[in-house]
Amino acid sequence: MKILLFGVAKDIVGNQVLEEPSFKAKNVAELKQELITKYPEFAKLSSLAVAVDEKYACDDRSISAENEIAIIPPVSGG
Amino acid sequence: MEKKIEIIENIDPSVIYKDLSHPASGGICVFIGAVRDTTQNQKVNSLFFEAYEAMAIKEMEKIAAAASKQWNLNRLIMQHAVGDKKVEEPVVLVGASSAHRDDCFEACRFLIDTLKEKVPIWKKEFFDGNDEVWVTPHP
Repeated sequence: MKILLFGVAKDIVGNQVLEEPSFKAKNVAELKQELITKYPEFAKLSSLAVAVDEKYACDDRSISAENEIAIIPPVSGG
Repeated sequence: MEKKIEIIENIDPSVIYKDLSHPASGGICVFIGAVRDTTQNQKVNSLFFEAYEAMAIKEMEKIAAAASKQWNLNRLIMQHAVGDKKVEEPVVLVGASSAHRDDCFEACRFLIDTLKEKVPIWKKEFFDGNDEVWVTPHP
């Protein structure tokens, strides 16, 4: 599974893209859990959103390798 | 409604009147966000902005669509800058024009507030002494 990272998420993982063959998440909630287990710093953020195919995704949104998945830490534009 | 939505390197506020003026618009309202030299009593040297560009454009399109439904607007603009920005440089610009001022004033407030809440853009602050931090949202 390939995951795009931005902002502080990039710093937590130490890369712009996370390629994690061990991740087995079938939906957004499972992905967040796997992410937090591997990188506990994510649990400290004030929010943690996931985008699937360039849209904010609910926890029950299913995901697969064909989707573009991105971790969206708290946004701070403007 | 005509609209201009962009993630760009540099915002040029000098062309905003041309971007928003319209024969049916008697009012034009613009908000520009700029780099401030201080935050929470710390001196800021510069900011760095990063965007998830494809998604940021889509989210800005949604905000523009919501604004055009709620208010009677003739033109709308949303621009956000990316990269390194120094104190006083513009980093975000939103604006609208409408027949009367209420619509463009209210739309402008909605555009900037919703952009800050939803659009996937992140800023890092650089302070004196090489300290740097990704900003967590605050009003």
